[in-house]
Amino acid sequence: MAIELPKRDVVVVGLGAVGGVAVLPLAEAGMDVVGLEAGGWLRARDHVPDELFNNYRGWPESVQKANREIPVHRRSASSPDSPRGALHPMMNAVGGTSLHYWAQSWRLSPWDFEVVSETTRRYGASRLPVGTTVEDWPFGLDELEEYYDRVEYAIGVSGQAGNVGGEIDRRGNIFEGPRRRAYPMPPLRWTGFIEQMADAARGLGWHPFPGPAAVNSVRYQNRAACAYHGFCDRGGCHLDAKNSTAVSTIPRAQETGRLQVVTGAHVRSVEVDGEGRATGVSYVQGGEEYFQPAAVVLLAGYTYENVRLLLLSKSAAYPDGLANNGGQVGRHYMTHATGAGVLALFPHRLNRWYGLPAQGVAIDDWAADNFDHADLDFIGGGNLWVYSDRRPIAAARMPTFGRAPRWGSAWKAFVADNADRWTNCYLQKSTLPYEDNYLDLHPTVTDPLGDPVCRITADFKDNERRIATFVQDRMVEWFRAAGAVEIVRQGLGTMGPSTHAYGGTRMGDDPETNVVDRWGFSHEVPNLGVVGASVMGTSGSHNPTLTAQALGWRTAAHLVENWSSIAG
Amino acid sequence: MADLSRREMLKRVVVAGAAASLPAPRTPVASAQPAAETFEALTAEEGATLQAVVARLIPADERGPGALEAGAATYIDRALAGPLAASRGAYREGLAALDRHARSTGGRAFAALDPADQDRLLGDVEANAAPGFGPGAAGFFNLVLTHTIQGTFSDPAHGGNVDFIGWRMIGYPGVRTVVTPDLQRIDRMPPERQVSAYDFPAFSAARERRTRGH
Repeated sequence: MAIELPKRDVVVVGLGAVGGVAVLPLAEAGMDVVGLEAGGWLRARDHVPDELFNNYRGWPESVQKANREIPVHRRSASSPDSPRGALHPMMNAVGGTSLHYWAQSWRLSPWDFEVVSETTRRYGASRLPVGTTVEDWPFGLDELEEYYDRVEYAIGVSGQAGNVGGEIDRRGNIFEGPRRRAYPMPPLRWTGFIEQMADAARGLGWHPFPGPAAVNSVRYQNRAACAYHGFCDRGGCHLDAKNSTAVSTIPRAQETGRLQVVTGAHVRSVEVDGEGRATGVSYVQGGEEYFQPAAVVLLAGYTYENVRLLLLSKSAAYPDGLANNGGQVGRHYMTHATGAGVLALFPHRLNRWYGLPAQGVAIDDWAADNFDHADLDFIGGGNLWVYSDRRPIAAARMPTFGRAPRWGSAWKAFVADNADRWTNCYLQKSTLPYEDNYLDLHPTVTDPLGDPVCRITADFKDNERRIATFVQDRMVEWFRAAGAVEIVRQGLGTMGPSTHAYGGTRMGDDPETNVVDRWGFSHEVPNLGVVGASVMGTSGSHNPTLTAQALGWRTAAHLVENWSSIAG
Repeated sequence: MADLSRREMLKRVVVAGAAASLPAPRTPVASAQPAAETFEALTAEEGATLQAVVARLIPADERGPGALEAGAATYIDRALAGPLAASRGAYREGLAALDRHARSTGGRAFAALDPADQDRLLGDVEANAAPGFGPGAAGFFNLVLTHTIQGTFSDPAHGGNVDFIGWRMIGYPGVRTVVTPDLQRIDRMPPERQVSAYDFPAFSAARERRTRGH
């Protein structure tokens, strides 16, 4: 029998990048908030610059809930399951994956909010890909701008503005939508190699600029500036210079005295009453079962877990899963097409041994609708990103560009000569939702508690494949202009578990095609909110975290302003 | 760092009551002679075979020491008793199959073959063409190669990369906790400064729980 805990105003399920932001406006408004987190606290001294531990052992010190429920992928409803990886791309801890992410903190492009209307206006509705379920967002970038701004200042984002109030600054991204003010910190510095790439881009007539990062370029909020020592990819920061929610918004929310953080809590279901309202959540902690009642439930897990929790929460009122009487939970799933990479070998050393994945040069000339698609056979585009990050094991696993075998003396000589002469890049391409790309529960694979894991049924379509080829061509052009002597094009891959997963609880005005309304609250369950990238209806071609955080803040602010009507 | 590794090894040897079989210091030497060593997860025979394998994957040669000298086999053995325990069975079967293959084609244990013969056999395994090895040969090869690279190029606290052999091989200038703009220039490389991450005072407390059987 579950232990019933005292009732709270709000229970937030998951204190990661987004839940960790959403608790701040709630706590500051004086609400009685409890945050349930599957992981525990990790501190600065836990974040050792140890590549083996960080990148190959999957953070064994963190709670491994995620690794026991890795989603199973298949390309289509008639395909067999794909091989399942050993590590979940995300982690559990207070702060979640914002502890070990790259911390790139982008706003979406204005176009990403209005793909349907802008494509129709500029090229005609026939240019929308067959089978896509894409809709315009219920609001534009202008409405989210206020919350982007709040998050950028609350967690701390370094960057160079390109458009303040309509005033274009060519040092920044000239394609970005208007922002009310500059970033709170100047951008992270560039390395010699990044300068070389930026020069090459200018030579092509492109517009290079430093990307935004939730990493302190200078001391901020009494936390240190970045020391550029590296090990940031799947590594936490021993200086607290990376602005995870564990060092920014969560401690601030705790200081109000209104947030209780509960760690080691594995939430299994959301409970409802006879009228179909959420009453709280059931969780397991240390083998003990608890019921946490609350006036409002906010799901703040990662995309796969938000969807899974809803589908696991079956009741008489919601026989197919919570908030799923309309059959929309799990629909409109997307992942960024980050495959189809490009690797380049240079005739000289790059000195890429230090730095971080967020220290780099971006090109947005080929993203969104920043270029004319009239004579192209796709819509959307990609962001090109070249950065400074090399670790020894990864360096030794370098591609051999057809110039050496995989082992032996010839391999050893090649790697010794070239370990610092090659680079990869990061190409994020816009992905659209389609009728047959979706999430549901796996019929047989379960976690150790016996709950089915999430199943991904998804593959890239022609529009995404064409974007991938186009963006890959631009990247090859850029590397060649910078002096690369060998180029390898990587395959696009498919849509398995990803750190950039979207949809499944899409936000929109139409309850027939969306799970949550424009504020992030369920169309069916009035006191249930969902935050995270699972509410996003398009992926854009930039990292999702800042957008998910801005949306989370907005949902929390809406709850504060409309407490009595939502809490009932 | 070399001190640490030797201290570790001394401790193990003493615990095993075999101080007389103290291994030779692991200074960089251009020799692929397997050291007599006690193993934690592997049998002595398996250990000898594994040492011979890693010595061919990343050989000691005119460019300097290789994976054996870097302690990659020690790393793998220790990891098989801890975080890589799930791969213990694959090593048992794979190393036994490799030795069977060596005896049936060369009449001797793998470790006793000439390097050229060892390379030929390993090529068969890599190509999934080793008779009597079963269908998992290439998978086993990839597993050992992956772990050999990990052992050679990971932080020495994990038991490999002895004397920073791996990091020096590829020109990695070393773990630093502060990197100035000068150290990120393209016209001048950072000076080498080799140290284990766990030798920094901030991280020494994490050493034991990070590097032994979690």
